[in-house]
Amino acid sequence: MSGIVQGASDERVKEISSLRKALIRPELGGMIGTVAVFTFFGLVAYDSGMFNAQGVMNWSTVSAQFMIIAVGACLLMIAGEFDLSVGSMIGFAGMGIALLATTFSLPIWLAILLTFVVCIAIGALNGFIVVRTGLPSFIVTLAFLFILRGLSIALPQFLERKTNIGGLRELAEGDWLAPVFGGKVGTGLFQWLGDQGIIAVFERGNRAGQPVVDGIPMMVVWAVVLIVFGHVLLTKTKFGNWIFACGGDAQAARYVGVPVNRVKILMFMFTAFCATVLATCQVMEFGSADAGRGLLKEFEAIIAVVIGGALLTGGYGSVLGAALGALIFGVVQQGLFFANVESSLFRVFLGVILLMAVILNTYIRRIITGER
Amino acid sequence: MAEPIIRMNNIEKHFGAVIALAGVTLEVYPGECHCLLGDNGAGKSTFIKTMSGVHKPTKGDILFEGKPLHFDDPRDAISAGIATVYQDLAMIPLMSVARNFFMGNEPTRKRLGLSFYDHDHANEITMREMREMGINLRGPDQAVGTLSGGERQTVAIARAVHFGAKVLILDEPTSALGVRQTSNVLSTIDKVRKQGIAVVFITHNVRHALAVGDRFTVLNRGQTLGTADRQTVTPEGLQDMMAGGQQLATLEGSLGGTV
Repeated sequence: MSGIVQGASDERVKEISSLRKALIRPELGGMIGTVAVFTFFGLVAYDSGMFNAQGVMNWSTVSAQFMIIAVGACLLMIAGEFDLSVGSMIGFAGMGIALLATTFSLPIWLAILLTFVVCIAIGALNGFIVVRTGLPSFIVTLAFLFILRGLSIALPQFLERKTNIGGLRELAEGDWLAPVFGGKVGTGLFQWLGDQGIIAVFERGNRAGQPVVDGIPMMVVWAVVLIVFGHVLLTKTKFGNWIFACGGDAQAARYVGVPVNRVKILMFMFTAFCATVLATCQVMEFGSADAGRGLLKEFEAIIAVVIGGALLTGGYGSVLGAALGALIFGVVQQGLFFANVESSLFRVFLGVILLMAVILNTYIRRIITGER
Repeated sequence: MAEPIIRMNNIEKHFGAVIALAGVTLEVYPGECHCLLGDNGAGKSTFIKTMSGVHKPTKGDILFEGKPLHFDDPRDAISAGIATVYQDLAMIPLMSVARNFFMGNEPTRKRLGLSFYDHDHANEITMREMREMGINLRGPDQAVGTLSGGERQTVAIARAVHFGAKVLILDEPTSALGVRQTSNVLSTIDKVRKQGIAVVFITHNVRHALAVGDRFTVLNRGQTLGTADRQTVTPEGLQDMMAGGQQLATLEGSLGGTV
């Protein structure tokens, strides 16, 4: 209600304090949470080895798994849609690579590429059904949660009479694409750090002299790459503006010429891509695929995104926030282990922090849009 | 007068068995504010959606700058220079004013061969345009949700004009607004008209129409009851035409005023 305003300032627009302004950012919850969990575990688990090289690598890798799927879920949620099939997609993709490489004897690189093509196509199908029928993505992707999980159990049962396919590490030997997902980078650097005595080295055994951490897993590299890509795409490109617009108000976006359907389908495809990246990293690292992998991951991804400040209704959020949400998950999940606490408490923590994040987000949204 | 910028010729639109428009003809000239009046269900919305490319006419043709035109979707209409500002779907509350202003027309800058959204340019233009329209922003990153309804309409109009609209269609821009906000939007319409843009102003409020309108077309039950010039209309005459007869006149007598 500011009416006709001609002067240099409007007496009805209150100056917002810089503190309050700093608080109005989607990453707020994630930042508070990150500081809180590090403080907490710094106090209770400092001596447990959680913060030495091995410990850091341990929770970084676990966090990276959450981060990879959280980036996809975050962009999709900002575009106004959900994907509940992410967890099943992880199981399905892993099984796809394993079956193509063993039963069908394809080289690993071809198995990986084919799986990516199939999974991204399923993501596109998800998106296509959602934009064509106008049904809530919640229902459409719930259907795919069951379809994909069922297939990833049924297919290996038919073909191999088991639901866990191993022996992939041997098959990946010498493959050009496998190290992109299963390798480690910076091995030279870590050897040097070990030689310098900066990080611990094995004292005895057949790995004596080697550093306890011999490189950064590709899982972590993928997480960082996807976060940077997602953040730049969302905040620094034209397409990012379209993502916000689609989730904010699809009809208003359509009226000014934003190709809403295309944006949404592409985001479903990107989410499927992220799930497949995680699945491939897992298969390459463990050397096996299991039909049960990725269970409940879709919800963990969504919770990480919500802790990161995204609104469930779309149109608002941050990739950096989602990454912090994923970091909090990894630190808490592994921290409970280091602190020698019952690990099922992790789920209690998940529920509590989800509730707190949602309440905080609602409050922040009211400030942004001026509702009371 | 000069050539009409857009001429809608005998437009018919049927939805199944329902005839929403039964032959409507309308001409709009550059620099005029053409008011389209009509009661609820008269076919105003259907008509402007046909003009802005959302619906295809069942019969009749559209001449834009003298040439026949066929729109397949709203983007065609926008690129031809026909912009529509919808009442409550103009802006996205959670997004900043600058991001809203450039939504669908994002400025980009090349860096390392990749094209990035040009925040500096977008913010600068937004602040300038908003100052010209009399809206004071704390900053270009202020969310649209903090603006009033009238300000949102003004931002949407400024946006359409900035991106080269030749015909600006306003769908009931004042119907949800208070008095001061309404006068704000009406003065914006006046500014836009003076820049030589053709404005099609849809309303069912006769007083708002008379405040800025140059010519008036009344729709009733899918048909036009003719176009009238400013000199020849009276509020009562328009009101009666909208209601389609004398009933309103008798009602008005008993209420003692205009509706």
